[in-house]
Amino acid sequence: MRFSLGFFIREALRAMRRNAAPSFAALATITVTLIVVGVFIPIVQATQGAANSVRSRVLVDVYMQQKATAADDARVERELRVLPHVARVVFESKRQALAQQRRQNPVAYEILGNINPLPDTFHIYPTNPSYVLGVRAAILHSSSGGMLDPSIEKVSNHTEDTQKLLTVTRFVMITAALLAALLIAASVLLIGNTIRLSLYARRREVEVMKLVGATDWFIRWPFVIEGVIVGAFGAVLAIVVLGITKLAVLDPLANNFTLIAAPRTIPFVPLLLVLVAAGVAVSALGSGISLRRFLRV
Amino acid sequence: MPPMSRNTVIEFRGVTKKYGTGVYGLDQATFSVDREEFVFLIGSTGSGKSTVMRLLIKELEPTEGTIRVAGRDLAAITRRQIPFYRRNVGVVFQDFKLLPNRTVYDNVAYALQVTGHSRREIRARVPDVLRLTGLSTKLHNYPDQLSGGEQQRVSIARAFVNHPPLLLADEPTGNLDPETSIDIMRLLYRINRTGTTVLVASHDHVMVDKMRRRVLELSRGRVIRDEAAGLYARDESTREFAQRLRGPHEPPQTL
Repeated sequence: MRFSLGFFIREALRAMRRNAAPSFAALATITVTLIVVGVFIPIVQATQGAANSVRSRVLVDVYMQQKATAADDARVERELRVLPHVARVVFESKRQALAQQRRQNPVAYEILGNINPLPDTFHIYPTNPSYVLGVRAAILHSSSGGMLDPSIEKVSNHTEDTQKLLTVTRFVMITAALLAALLIAASVLLIGNTIRLSLYARRREVEVMKLVGATDWFIRWPFVIEGVIVGAFGAVLAIVVLGITKLAVLDPLANNFTLIAAPRTIPFVPLLLVLVAAGVAVSALGSGISLRRFLRV
Repeated sequence: MPPMSRNTVIEFRGVTKKYGTGVYGLDQATFSVDREEFVFLIGSTGSGKSTVMRLLIKELEPTEGTIRVAGRDLAAITRRQIPFYRRNVGVVFQDFKLLPNRTVYDNVAYALQVTGHSRREIRARVPDVLRLTGLSTKLHNYPDQLSGGEQQRVSIARAFVNHPPLLLADEPTGNLDPETSIDIMRLLYRINRTGTTVLVASHDHVMVDKMRRRVLELSRGRVIRDEAAGLYARDESTREFAQRLRGPHEPPQTL
């Protein structure tokens, strides 16, 4: 037994030439689906990125008493660092805070003159935004009963805001995931259906092949290879369309609106690889699996 | 029941095939066919001829009874082995079943490609069998460019190119005019003379009577007639054979 890959590829190409219409339908389906997927992936990621950047701003502020000394600050910072789920502690001295406020509101601080009403502040970033309330509680109710350190004046109280923010971002993520799942399911069904149609047109051919004693895989290989070729072609077409769109529409816009230049989306090249792999895999699997029905003679 | 001889190619023993609707395709059919025999299977539509053919290529499974081909019990062949079994059985159908998007040459070559023959072997064997079937000039035509008789010849060439020990033909002349039918029968006879057992299903009584071969008649799934040996002990040439077919109809001799 000596089955060459060359034979199967020739068979696949012959089938595509002779059944141009169904092959074209499959090709068009894959192209359109991949274009939609190619647009959708960056959009989902941009949404996620936006949600994440909001989440990353969720933090706990600890305000020191006005009379706190540098030694107090150093001690509190050490204490804060060892709390569970704390990723980062950033210190902002009263002088830095004043300078910052002056820049934002020069007139108001002109009136104050040399008085600095602002306390030393610690900004605490939790390892995950959802720990923010836990961290806050740990500072307010330490094991010794009261506040973590007597020189802490108060801890920022954004409980309600934080909770809302967390709910909203979680909702955005779940919605995006659901949409992605729906889109993938729809694509697979659509491609599977198109392939089944083109196979239905050739069921007689399969029947004859079985009668002369062709094994299932001998019949199947050309169909799978055809699927690979159609899938690859569809992906290339989709990429060309996406590339043109990116160059002609997105890039000029991105220069004007920072929002569109979503910071954390997938780079273009990996996106292309994902699309090609998806196109080839879905189309080849679709052909191979759809054929099963016709192989039962 | 006579003991099975070593030369038995087909053996049906008490074979019943009941279709889902309760209709009997075959009802306790028992018969056997020896090597190098040329046997006609006759009967009206629905008598079970096609059921016999489909059972023999294991497209159907019998409800009851055993079928042996060349001593091998078909029930013992697994689904995975079916393709390999079918390579030993040539099949010809009324509707030819050619691959429409392949040339005559490629249609015949396909039967060799599935068995993994090298291109060199295929190039050697396909023209041979096409010469035998008189298609040497039609190599590069597509099936839709051929007459019905020519298409049936391609289908026979494809069935015979592997030189299977058994050739089945289900109504091979059903779609053809009488003169073309004679040519096809003559071709089947020629193949039979190379040592291949041939089983032909037909409802053309006139033709079958003229051929004077062994006849198995089925009616409602039962074997009601098995007229055999003696009539054709004489080994005819294919020319004589065809001449007799063209001749006036004579009633079959009775022994």
